[in-house]
Amino acid sequence: MNELGTVWVYLSASPLLGLTLTIGAYSCANAISARCGLSPLANPVAIAILLIGAVLALTNMSYARYFQGAQFVHFLLGPATVALAIPLARHLPRVRKALFPILCALLAGSTTAIVSAVLLVRAFGGSAALALSVGPKSATTPIAMAASQYLGGIPALTAALVISTGIVGAISARYLFDFLRIHSPEVRGFALGLASHGIGTAQAIQVNPSAAAFAVLGMGLNGVLTAVLAPYLVPVLLSL
Amino acid sequence: MLVTFSVLLICQCIGEGIAYALHLPVPGPVIGMMTLFCALVLRPALLDRIQATGDDLLRHLSLLFVPAGVGIFVAATSLQGQWPAIIAAVVVGTLTTLAVTALVMRAVSPTVQVTDKDDGAQP
Repeated sequence: MNELGTVWVYLSASPLLGLTLTIGAYSCANAISARCGLSPLANPVAIAILLIGAVLALTNMSYARYFQGAQFVHFLLGPATVALAIPLARHLPRVRKALFPILCALLAGSTTAIVSAVLLVRAFGGSAALALSVGPKSATTPIAMAASQYLGGIPALTAALVISTGIVGAISARYLFDFLRIHSPEVRGFALGLASHGIGTAQAIQVNPSAAAFAVLGMGLNGVLTAVLAPYLVPVLLSL
Repeated sequence: MLVTFSVLLICQCIGEGIAYALHLPVPGPVIGMMTLFCALVLRPALLDRIQATGDDLLRHLSLLFVPAGVGIFVAATSLQGQWPAIIAAVVVGTLTTLAVTALVMRAVSPTVQVTDKDDGAQP
């Protein structure tokens, strides 16, 4: 028993444990999600986060210690963001055809995301730091964190808000779109990718290739537009 | 796989370098994405070489959010008293964004709507 404790101390000092925990919990979460018939309510990211949070609480492992290992997965967000150019280039002909609706929806959606987040935080009495951190929340994590840093927000808080936004969108989109009678997979996918970045896109990938392509498009375009818009729009909203 | 990762990392390096040198508010990976996009448009043959591994990486995109997502528990402890603001922004803001985007896109694209098929397996 004592020996087991020594082994645990040895393992928990190396990045291996955090990395194993991340991949293991995500695999478990995917299996649970598949068991639930890929229902949007069983979101793999949310399940994995809860599983890891429980393990950290039970073993008394700090987030900093966990992240030493998990950073290798986190680092891949950069190359993955670059890789978004692949589906964008592949779907270029379809995008060209739907250029006008895409640009209108992009402009409306991107502005709504930033304006609604900042104004709602102010209306419900949130702090200025929270308002600065929440502005870019619909963009994908690396973009939102960079924009938050530029604005003077708290990037770690922005990351948490971005992921919560992704999970909320992925869980609720199907029901909201059904309620609004929006059936086109292209429209549903584009809105989901725009509002809920990679987590929404991952949800779209599982159900419909057409929706998936437009989700990637929505996420990629909104990432770029948020990076450009947020640094100018958020200070204006705060000064109102 | 090696070719794909080399291409992705080189584009990211170019992007980070440009963002740093020009003090841009746009993060390096986004400029890297634009760099790769231009390269793919100019040389379509590159797409065939990198798309299989690129798609594999994007298929597991949600995994990459897990490490930062666990940080929610850390962020949560410093936000006492601000929960109404956070829940309003995250839930109401996101639902509004989803609805506005979809309604605007549908309103300006009657052609997309014609192909509607509600097969019950949509996001």
